[in-house]
Amino acid sequence: MKDTYLSLVNGPLKQVAKTLGLPQPVELNRFGSTPEDYLNKPVLVLGTGAGAQGLADLLLENGLEVRRNAQTGEKLRAIIAVLDEAQSPTELSPIVLEVGAALRSLAACGRVVTISAAPDAGSQSPEQAAATRGITGFTRSLAHEMRAGGTANGILLDGVDLTAPSVASALWFLLSGKSAYVSGQFLTVSSDAGERLSLDAFMSTGGEGPLAGRSAVVTGAARGIGAAIARNLARDGAHVIGVDMPQAGQALASVMNEIGGKSVQLDITAADSAEKIAEAVGAPVDILVHNAGITRDKMLANMDAARWESVIAVNIAAQTTINTHLAEAGLFADGAQVVSLASTSGIAGNRGQTNYATSKAGVIGLTAASAESFSTRGGSINAVAPGFIETDMTAKMPALTRQVARRLSSLQQGGHPVDVAEAIGFLASSGARGINGETLRVCGQNMVGA
Amino acid sequence: MSTPQQRAVILGGNRIPFARSNKQYAKATNLDMLTSAIDGLVARFGLAGENIGEVAGGAVLKHSKDFNLTREAVLGSALAPTTPAFDLGQACATGLEAVVSLNNKINAGQIESGIASGVDSASDAPIVINDSMREILLELTRAKTVVARAKIAAQIRPAYLAPQAPSTGEPRTGLSMGEHQAITTAEWNISRQAQDELALASHRNLAAAWDSGFFDDLTTAYLGVSRDTNLRADSTMESLAKLSPVFGRKLETEATMTAGNSTPLTDGASSVLLGSEDWAAEHGYTPLARLVDAEAAAVDFVDGAEGLLMAPAYAVPRLLARNGLTFADFDVFEIHEAFASTVLSHMAAWESEEFCREKAGLDHALGTIDRDKLNPLGSSLAAGHPFAATGGRIIATTAKHLKTTGKKRSLVSICAAGGQGLTAIVEAA
Repeated sequence: MKDTYLSLVNGPLKQVAKTLGLPQPVELNRFGSTPEDYLNKPVLVLGTGAGAQGLADLLLENGLEVRRNAQTGEKLRAIIAVLDEAQSPTELSPIVLEVGAALRSLAACGRVVTISAAPDAGSQSPEQAAATRGITGFTRSLAHEMRAGGTANGILLDGVDLTAPSVASALWFLLSGKSAYVSGQFLTVSSDAGERLSLDAFMSTGGEGPLAGRSAVVTGAARGIGAAIARNLARDGAHVIGVDMPQAGQALASVMNEIGGKSVQLDITAADSAEKIAEAVGAPVDILVHNAGITRDKMLANMDAARWESVIAVNIAAQTTINTHLAEAGLFADGAQVVSLASTSGIAGNRGQTNYATSKAGVIGLTAASAESFSTRGGSINAVAPGFIETDMTAKMPALTRQVARRLSSLQQGGHPVDVAEAIGFLASSGARGINGETLRVCGQNMVGA
Repeated sequence: MSTPQQRAVILGGNRIPFARSNKQYAKATNLDMLTSAIDGLVARFGLAGENIGEVAGGAVLKHSKDFNLTREAVLGSALAPTTPAFDLGQACATGLEAVVSLNNKINAGQIESGIASGVDSASDAPIVINDSMREILLELTRAKTVVARAKIAAQIRPAYLAPQAPSTGEPRTGLSMGEHQAITTAEWNISRQAQDELALASHRNLAAAWDSGFFDDLTTAYLGVSRDTNLRADSTMESLAKLSPVFGRKLETEATMTAGNSTPLTDGASSVLLGSEDWAAEHGYTPLARLVDAEAAAVDFVDGAEGLLMAPAYAVPRLLARNGLTFADFDVFEIHEAFASTVLSHMAAWESEEFCREKAGLDHALGTIDRDKLNPLGSSLAAGHPFAATGGRIIATTAKHLKTTGKKRSLVSICAAGGQGLTAIVEAA
C-alpha cells in the first residue's frame, strides 16, 4: 500500500509540512537501494577502552572509514558509542555528550549504535546496574529524537565481550539498510557461538550470501510478509521450501517458481505437518521460519470458541508441535536456526485481539524457553515482532486509523514486508547464533508497547 | 515385470482442481490452465529454470491458434525456455498417451525426464463458422478483382453466419457420445440402480480422498478453486434416483443414463512428472510407481458392430495376456468413468464367457473385478472429465495411491471418442 503522505512531504508539500510542524518521514535507505555515497561515509567510534579500539580496528579491517573524533563539516554514516566498561551513571557523560555533538553530522538514515553490558548480565553492583540500565534508557530516548530516517539501537553484551562473532554480525545488521525500520531496539549477544562474518560476506547475495547452501522452510509463504521472507532468504542464498494452505497454492507456486524454491501445501495444524515438511526438505532442516498466522479479531465479550481456538492453533500451538516433532525425530540439522513471528500486539496488547495477543505473547515465551535446547544443537531460536507493516491486511484498515498508525512511530511511517524479512534473514544467519531466545521488534519504534 | 530396459519412473503430478464448465474457469483458456498445471508441478518439485527432456500434452477441444499449445505453455511457465515440447491427441486418452509416449522415450534412453500433460476447456471452446461461409471467405481471398469479390460476397446467405458450436457428436454417426453409450448400456442390460451406485461410490471415494488431504500434493488451487467443483459429497441414492434420464430416451428400452451417472462438461488441466531412475535420484525424488506396459484398441462402431466406448474391453485382455497377468494380480482398477454404464459395460463384457470367447479371443471369461478395488479414490463421475486432462489425473492419483498404501499393481483403462481405448499397467516403484 502506497504511503501518499510520505511521497507528498518529500515532494511538493515539503515546505508546507516544515512550516506547519507536520511529521516529515523520509524514504528509508533499504538494502539494495542504499546509495553508494552513504556507504562510503565514515563511522565515528566513541569510547576510551580497549573494546572501543578493537571495534574501530574491526571496522577498518572490513573496509569502513573510521573516525575516533568528530571532524567539523564531515558527514557521518554512523556513530558507535562503546560503553562496555561503564561502572556508574556518572561516567556516561563525556561519551553521550560527544554523541550529541556529532548528531547533526549524521547523514540521512544515519545510525547510532550503543554497545554496553546487558543490564541483567552477571553480578553487577547496584551502581553498575544503574549504568547499564541507564544506557538502555538513553538509547531508546535518542531513537525518539533521531531525524531523517535515522535510527538508534543497542548491542547488549550478556557474558561475552566485544569480540564475540555475533557482535560483529549485529553491528553489520544495524549499520546496513537491512535494519532500516528497526529503531530503539536491543540485540543481546549471549554467547560466542556463530560464525565470524565479514561485512562483505554479510552483504553478499546468492551463492556467496550469508545463507548459501542452507535449506530454509517458511510457513505462510504464499503472500505478504511470508512471501517477502521467502524472497529474502533466497536472495541471501538459501534453498527455500515454502509452506502454505492448499487454498493458497497458486500464489505459493508463483512465489516458489520466482525464487527457485519448492512449494509444500499443507495445514500446519495437522498432526503430521512436521514430518511432511521434513520429507519435502529431504534432509534435516537448517532454517525454519514460523511465519504463518491468522487474525480472528473480536472483543472478548463476543469471542466464540472457534475464533479463539483457531488463532491459538495456527499462531502458537502449531509452532510448538512442529519444533517438538522435528527435534524429537532428529530432523533439525546441527546449527539449526528458528525464527518465529511474534507481534507488537503480543507485547503491548491490542483491543479486540485477546486471542491474537495471547498467541503472539506465547511465541515470545516459547522462543525464550526453547533457547537452551537450540543452543545444545549449536543453533538458535529467536522471534521478530513486526509493528505496523504495509500489507494487504493493514490496507484494509480505515484510512484515518491507518494514517495515525503510520505516524505513531519514531520513523513516522509504516514498515515494508521486506523490513521484517531482513531481520529474519539476519537472525537465521550463522553469524547470529550468539543471539538466542530474543525477540526483536521491527516497528520503527512504534509508540505502542514501547 | 520390470525389465532392465525400464528406467522410467512416475515421480508425481499436479493438476488444477477440475471445475464444471462455464463456471469458475469460464474465461481461462487451455493455455492458461495448462501453464498453471505445469507451474504447480514445477513449484512442487523445485524445477524452476530447469530443462526437462520433453513436455508432451494436448487438448481435445483445441483452437487452431493453439497448434503449438504445449510448447507455448512451457514458454509461459517457470521451466527453462529451452525445454522442448510437442502436442499429441487421442481424444480422451490424450493425457494417458502423453504419459505412455514420454515413458517410452525415457525407457529408450532418448530423454531423462518428461512432463506429460493435458488440458481441456469446454467453456472456452472453439466456435467455427460453417463450411459454406468458410468456402466463400476463402474464395474471396483468391478473387483478384473488385467485381469478382462482389460476386462472391453476394453468395453469402444469413444462414451461413450461424457458427458451428462444438459438440461431442461422432463425425461419422452424428450421435452424441451419450446416445452411443445408451445403445451399449441397453445391450448389456445395465440397470439404473447399478449406474447410480457406481456414481455414488465415485463421489464418496473422491470426497474421502480430498478430506484426508490425499490431493494436497497432487493439486494446486487455481482461480480460487481448491477442490473439484463437480464433487457432491452429500450425494445419496435418493438424490441420484430423482434425476431424469438424458440419454437413450428414444430407444425402446428404459432410459437409465442421467446427469448424475454421466460426466458433465468440465474444465481442467493435469500434469505428471516422469524421469529415469538416475534423474530421480540426482534430484532427490522418491519414485512413486512405474508404467510397465500399455495397450490401445479400437472398435468398428460406425456400422454398429461394437459400441463406441467398448475398445478398452478388447485392449485389457491383450494387455494382460502379454504380461502374463490376470485380474487377481491387480490391487487397483482405475477405469475412467465416462459414464457409469461404460465402466459397467466393460466389466460385464469381462465377466461374459460369450464376449471373452467370441470377441476377445480368450478361452474363458476374464473374470470379476472386486468393487472395493475399483476407482478407490473416485473417478470422473465425481471429479469431472476435462477430456485430455483425465489421463494425467488417473496416473498421478494411482501412482501415489500405490506408494502410500504399499499396494503393488494398478490397471488403468480409458475409453475415447472414435471407438478407441487406451489401457496401462502401473506398478509400485
